[in-house]
Amino acid sequence: MDLPFWSPESRAVSQIKGVGGPSMSPLHAVAAYGRRALPNHWDVVALASILAVFAAVARAYHGISAPLGDAHLAAVSLDYWQLPYYALRTTLRMFAALFFSLIFTFTYATLAAKSRRWEMVLIPVLDILQSVPILGFLSFTVTFFMGLFPGNVLGAECAAVFAIFTSQAWNMAFSFYQSLRTVPKDLDEVARGYRFTGWQKFWALEAPYAVPSLIWNTMMSMSGGWFFVVASEAITVGDTTVTLPGVGSFIAKANDAGDWPAVGMAVLTMAVVILLYDQLLFRPVIAWAVKFRVELSSAQEVEESWVLRLLQRTRWVRGAAQPVFHFLRAVSLLRIGMPPVQKVKAFVSTPAARRGFDVVWYAGIAAVALYGLYSVIAFIATELGWADVGQVFVLTFYTLTRVVVLMALASLIWVPLSVFIGLRPRLAEAIQPLAQFLAAFPVNLLFGAAVSLVLTFNLNPDIWLSFLIVFGTQWYIVFNTIGGAAAFPNDLREAAANLRVRGWAWWRDVMLPGIAPYYLTGAITASGGSWNASIVAEYVRWKDKTVAAHGVGAYIAQATEKGDFPRIVLGIAVMAIVVTLFNRLFWRRLYAYAERRFSL
Amino acid sequence: MLDLTSPPLLDVLHVSQSFSKGSGEMGAPILKDVSLTLRSGEIVCLLGRSGCGKSTLLRLISGLTRPTEGSVTLDGRTVDGPAEGVAMVFQSFALFPWLTVLDNVEIGPRAIGVGEIETRKRALKAIDTIGLDGFESAYPKELSGGMRQRVGFARALVVQPKVLLMDEPFSALDVLTAETLRTDLLDLWHDGRLNIKSILMVTHNIEEAVLMCDRILVLASHPGRISAEIANPLPHPRDRLDPDFRNLVEKIYALMTQRPEPKPLQTGTASSPYLGVALPRVSTNSIAGMIEEIAAPPYHGVADLPHLADSLQLEIDDLFPLGETLQLLKLAEFADADIKLTPLGRRFADMDVDQRKKVMGEQLLANIPIAAHIKRVLDERPSHRAPATRFREELEDFMSEDYAERTLRSIINLGRYGELFAYDEDAQTFSYENPT
Repeated sequence: MDLPFWSPESRAVSQIKGVGGPSMSPLHAVAAYGRRALPNHWDVVALASILAVFAAVARAYHGISAPLGDAHLAAVSLDYWQLPYYALRTTLRMFAALFFSLIFTFTYATLAAKSRRWEMVLIPVLDILQSVPILGFLSFTVTFFMGLFPGNVLGAECAAVFAIFTSQAWNMAFSFYQSLRTVPKDLDEVARGYRFTGWQKFWALEAPYAVPSLIWNTMMSMSGGWFFVVASEAITVGDTTVTLPGVGSFIAKANDAGDWPAVGMAVLTMAVVILLYDQLLFRPVIAWAVKFRVELSSAQEVEESWVLRLLQRTRWVRGAAQPVFHFLRAVSLLRIGMPPVQKVKAFVSTPAARRGFDVVWYAGIAAVALYGLYSVIAFIATELGWADVGQVFVLTFYTLTRVVVLMALASLIWVPLSVFIGLRPRLAEAIQPLAQFLAAFPVNLLFGAAVSLVLTFNLNPDIWLSFLIVFGTQWYIVFNTIGGAAAFPNDLREAAANLRVRGWAWWRDVMLPGIAPYYLTGAITASGGSWNASIVAEYVRWKDKTVAAHGVGAYIAQATEKGDFPRIVLGIAVMAIVVTLFNRLFWRRLYAYAERRFSL
Repeated sequence: MLDLTSPPLLDVLHVSQSFSKGSGEMGAPILKDVSLTLRSGEIVCLLGRSGCGKSTLLRLISGLTRPTEGSVTLDGRTVDGPAEGVAMVFQSFALFPWLTVLDNVEIGPRAIGVGEIETRKRALKAIDTIGLDGFESAYPKELSGGMRQRVGFARALVVQPKVLLMDEPFSALDVLTAETLRTDLLDLWHDGRLNIKSILMVTHNIEEAVLMCDRILVLASHPGRISAEIANPLPHPRDRLDPDFRNLVEKIYALMTQRPEPKPLQTGTASSPYLGVALPRVSTNSIAGMIEEIAAPPYHGVADLPHLADSLQLEIDDLFPLGETLQLLKLAEFADADIKLTPLGRRFADMDVDQRKKVMGEQLLANIPIAAHIKRVLDERPSHRAPATRFREELEDFMSEDYAERTLRSIINLGRYGELFAYDEDAQTFSYENPT
């Protein structure tokens, strides 16, 4: 059978079998070993690729550690030959953020899952963080990180990485937390029965169990991340303008210059980058992660990846990797932490005492929350009054209307089309990856260009800019609905056809309920993304002209440009409140209802 | 082999267990005052139906949970945490799907710090003993159920336990595979190749208990307790068709279907009626099917339970709830190891659907207190509607939350069939409003 080259098990197997096996003479064994040790052609390909990655990272690092003066001078040029380098810098930012997101996920989610008291604080906080418009943060973080590394590009890099981090981390942490909470009981009992320490249990059971859903969420995060990386590369806060070499700043410059071919080239570059990271990184990881699925039936759809197959067939690369994985395995089995004791009667043992402790804990949390609220209000109140608050609520209402109307419009157009596609397996197979690709594509690259049309034809920005909001997010609806339609049971379709259910009745009674949970999953993601997009979509520049619509997104964007922090805070706060309410009162309930009634 | 001279290997003394509810107060006891001992050289069964606390007892012994009262002593030491010297085999196999067979077996010793080389040696030996050679680098996904459970055995043996705990180890396997594994295990045990001192296994399969165990402890539910202890002196290898074997099986069937001693007379009042009859979850179709089966030849109204279980391929966890429901509805009754239709039951077999529904409705009202109670409340209220939560809470005064929920689900199902009332799942209310 095929063993992934990095699996610690592959080493174990070679050890049992010994080299050559007992039936061979020693000479044979040596000869066999010698032949086996020669690199094969797979090694050449793999090694070349790995070296290329090292070289690229080294080159990019040189740029990152440059003093700031350099960055200002050698500002982004519209030279096409620079685009691969820019793409590399952009990609590295993504991966740096991903690294921090993973660290955050492992610590934050683990703490939340293991401690009841922390759970009460951390999970709601995470929930709110998910609803906060991330792009609004940019202004703070840029100022903060620039202060941290004065005179070095690193500050600006950190700010960009942090912005991407905030777009990735929350749902990854959520998925990890949920996995930790749902570790199968029997496996948990095995771990406790064999007296695993906390460390051992984490690496032997909990982390592997969480892998499939964590990878899925990481992929979604990465898709979302491209949007933010290009938005965070060229940003103006008050009189500080930060321009980091990258595709995002390239586009920003092209927009300023009104250079259509440059925009086209940047879009093309982005497309290639997304294709590459999908093929080289995510496909192999997904194919590899299949083994972490707990359901023991082997009749799963097979995930294929040519990269994984290539790596599995190399000899040297596999051989070189084995000691590494052997070492990692040994580390994961270190007896760090205490072996599990029974559900010990904690030091506060009586329920009354425990409840007393809870009360103190709640009170502490409430005090911190109130103080936080107070300082936010105090900060806003330094310059703004109730009139401003009212105005922002009105603007948020405009944006809400935009989001609702456009989501409805997108659904109206895409749901029938997606169902049509989903019911035709061949077509779905071809289209679904395309939709996933489009969802990952940072459409904000195109906003400037789109605005030039608004200017040319003198269109009303309040209406026509709205479309940009769902430009990038509608694809979530598309690929989820396609997935739902493809998964719709064939016997139900046949039954409906047999009873001659047609037309509107077919949609109402057969198909729409069937795809509801899938559609809603897509719609919830799309809705969240749309709010964020509004900050970029309601206020767009092309050449020297600026087009703004009425909405809280434009409000935040304008305040950011002016460096007007009280207004930014107010805008973000109101938007976060409305989004949270919108999610809680509308989407969650709808989803719970669909889960209960329509899941097949 | 049984060692009666040295002190017992395992001593469970007056153990009770209840789990605290969300609100912090203690719920109904799962186990009450259970004592047992396990000596070197014996295989002992805990036999009982689902919900009698037998798995909980096994987890107390392994140290995975702590008893509310009482103590567990293993080899002279009080068990106060996951214990050294015991290893557990699970019904669901509980293998790590991302580890190969060898890694699954090795993870136990590795976790407690046994060296790599020593671990490998022991693991290969356990794999060899249990007959898994050649599968070392396979993943559990690739294996059949029987092979997976063999990995489960090897993983338990590799930590060299004194006592092997088995939680229904064969019940997730098909009949043939289960039988092969049972005999393989017994052979290894009798040849002394397992290197363990004693086996304690949980099962709900009466024949399995008689086939494998030297001593059978029968557990009763509500609360879980040991209701009988049966020594099994039959010589090995045991033959299922041997008359002595059959007799022992019959005896245990009879024991397990005995009517519980009559409840303290509690009639209740109109304001707080007595509702302490828990209903198992059974479908109306299987009730009707069971009655037809017993009424037809070869049984002609009286069926031998082991025979019936065998011919219908029913486990006691399916058979007993059905039989008990029939008994509660006065359609049949247990007599020793037999189930016998009442005259009404015999008539039921010949009725058409409408008549059956009518009989079901009448029997529910006459014999199941909660059914009569729901009907009375619906009659009394001007709106003829009542929320389910009310009845759930009333039931919880008499039984645990789980049982209350199950009883309510059951009565909704039976009541719908008997056309006593309607139930709206979305609104969670009882009413008389069926669509017309």
